[in-house]
Amino acid sequence: MLEIKNLHVKLEEEDKVILKGVDLTVKAGEVHAIMGPNGSGKSTLSYVLSGRDGYEVTDGSATLDGEELLEMEPEARAAAGLFLAFQYPVEIPGVGNMTFLRTAVNAQRKARGEEEMSAGDFLKVVRAKAKTLKIDADMLKRPVNVGFSGGEKKRNEILQMAMLEPKMCILDETDSGLDVDAMKLVSDGVNALRDAGRAFLVITHYQRLLDHIKPDVVHIMAAGRIIKTGGPELALEVEKNGYADILAEVN
Amino acid sequence: MALPQAKQDVLAARIAGLSLPQGGWAGAARADALARLSAMGLPVKRDEYWRYTDPTSLTTPDTPHAAVFDARDEPPAFDGIDRVRLVFVDGVFDPAQSDDPAAAGVEIDRLAAVADRDIHWAQSLYGVLEARGQNPVQRPLAALNTAFATDGVLIRATGKAAKPVALVYIHRDEGSDAILHHCIKLEAGAEVTILENGPAAARFTKVMEVEVADGARFHHIRTQGRDHERRAATHIFARLGAGALFKSFTLTANGVLTRNDAVIELLGDDAVAHVAGAAVGDGNFHHDDTVFITHAGLRCESRQVFKKVLKNGAVGVFQGKILVKPGAQKTDGYQISQSLLLDEDSQFLAKPELEIYADDVKCSHGSTSGAIDETALFYLRSRGVPERMAQSLMVLAFLAESIAEIEDEAIAEDIRSRLEGWLARHER
Repeated sequence: MLEIKNLHVKLEEEDKVILKGVDLTVKAGEVHAIMGPNGSGKSTLSYVLSGRDGYEVTDGSATLDGEELLEMEPEARAAAGLFLAFQYPVEIPGVGNMTFLRTAVNAQRKARGEEEMSAGDFLKVVRAKAKTLKIDADMLKRPVNVGFSGGEKKRNEILQMAMLEPKMCILDETDSGLDVDAMKLVSDGVNALRDAGRAFLVITHYQRLLDHIKPDVVHIMAAGRIIKTGGPELALEVEKNGYADILAEVN
Repeated sequence: MALPQAKQDVLAARIAGLSLPQGGWAGAARADALARLSAMGLPVKRDEYWRYTDPTSLTTPDTPHAAVFDARDEPPAFDGIDRVRLVFVDGVFDPAQSDDPAAAGVEIDRLAAVADRDIHWAQSLYGVLEARGQNPVQRPLAALNTAFATDGVLIRATGKAAKPVALVYIHRDEGSDAILHHCIKLEAGAEVTILENGPAAARFTKVMEVEVADGARFHHIRTQGRDHERRAATHIFARLGAGALFKSFTLTANGVLTRNDAVIELLGDDAVAHVAGAAVGDGNFHHDDTVFITHAGLRCESRQVFKKVLKNGAVGVFQGKILVKPGAQKTDGYQISQSLLLDEDSQFLAKPELEIYADDVKCSHGSTSGAIDETALFYLRSRGVPERMAQSLMVLAFLAESIAEIEDEAIAEDIRSRLEGWLARHER
């Protein structure tokens, strides 16, 4: 599904190289986790894949089902099935959450040549999905993320994911700022979307999220590279001993 | 102080070709207005309230030409609203295109048609609020209007109007110079909605005097724009009684020059006045909102909400004042003027003023200029919303606070769809 090869990325404005040859293959139906110390390039990887400005790809490629992502506009990547759940979901004053969701769903459908969803159908679907994430009618009406608590913002990300039904979901530190109950709610939302045709890349600092969203593969990222790949036990090792051992072992 | 020669010269040249409409009850008011005007002269760029807006093209004897815009791609404003249409073509009333005024359920007369009839209420309004509004800030174009207006509507309501009264201004003549003066009187407890739309003329000078008596409710929604080269200087003078409500919203799109003055006096206690505007300009566009709100009653509320979206060198101006008179305790005054600059060539000039002579009041004002939020734009795009659509969404979101001042949801929706259309046509 997602295939990243030898990805090198620097900041556009400075000569700072962040990713120094990332190789990663995620197959349909799999959940991969990326862990790593601060500044290792995890969030940069998610931004580069989703098409945020400010980064320059100096080498390598990233394809989604064979399509080169890095040459596409962010909206085209989304329509192709890529979704990034933001670490810091953005507040958009004046744009109603419902309007935002419906605009996004229909823009993607239009881009894929599918029929747009009617207002009635959309309302039915969004209400049902919001309910399982404990998102009430008021949150759907309010402007996007404005005045939302940290937990509400993350639940809203998952609601967007559920509505957009992407193929490849990247979760960037979705657990940050969540209490235990909210983490369970968000994880349940993610697990409900697990499917043979869908893959997840879960970026996290902590093993505890992976107790809820069980990964098939765990990668450790450091200094712009994936330095170790293993099974779920790798996350437990990090939780127990920190990154020092792994870093030392690789160096 | 003697009137500067420059102002006298501008005035002499401007009125040389105009004649004072004769006869009837308005004659005295017109003569008074001409005397006021002669004492003031016409505005020049050095005047304090014309520093940001060059009045020259509003005061020249010859009307600068304005091409008539082909509007086939855009339906006229308020088409879907059940209303009584009164149509003026280049400032001349067109009965053939107009609806029967009686359907509005209020008294409607035309200024030009009733000079010989004794309309008592209009006599006590025509030029009266305009004259009050000349102090402390002079508004010579309004006095010129009172003196020389060729037509306008006189509306009096004693109850709730059956339908909105829509003044439709059509522009056909590339050199037309229209001067219209409307008087609207809401007796105690009455409720009227006035709609205005259309470019009106190559140059349009308009005054609307509105008396809102105790407990009456006045709603005003207008769209001005469409023809890129047209110029307009409009004035609203309003006076509110106790518990009265005044709400005015203006959408301005296009127009090389628009100056909208609003002068509102809250005389009775517990009166509420909201003036709002959304302006979108692309290129050769200059838009000026000049507002003066006087709080004289107790516990009155006023809101000024002005938002401008500017690109390709467009200029926006806001001059807004709240004056709280001695004794006007518990005043709640709010003023916000904001611009969204879509590029670095555009400009927003704001002069917020507060002058307060009471000690128990709440007044706030804010003025900002900013670019579109790139992070929010990326967020929208990452969800599959194409860049242009995302930008339009954010522009509409920026304007939302001003559009929210429109109480009627169907009218607000009409304004929103108009803006969407404009944004789609001005994507680059």
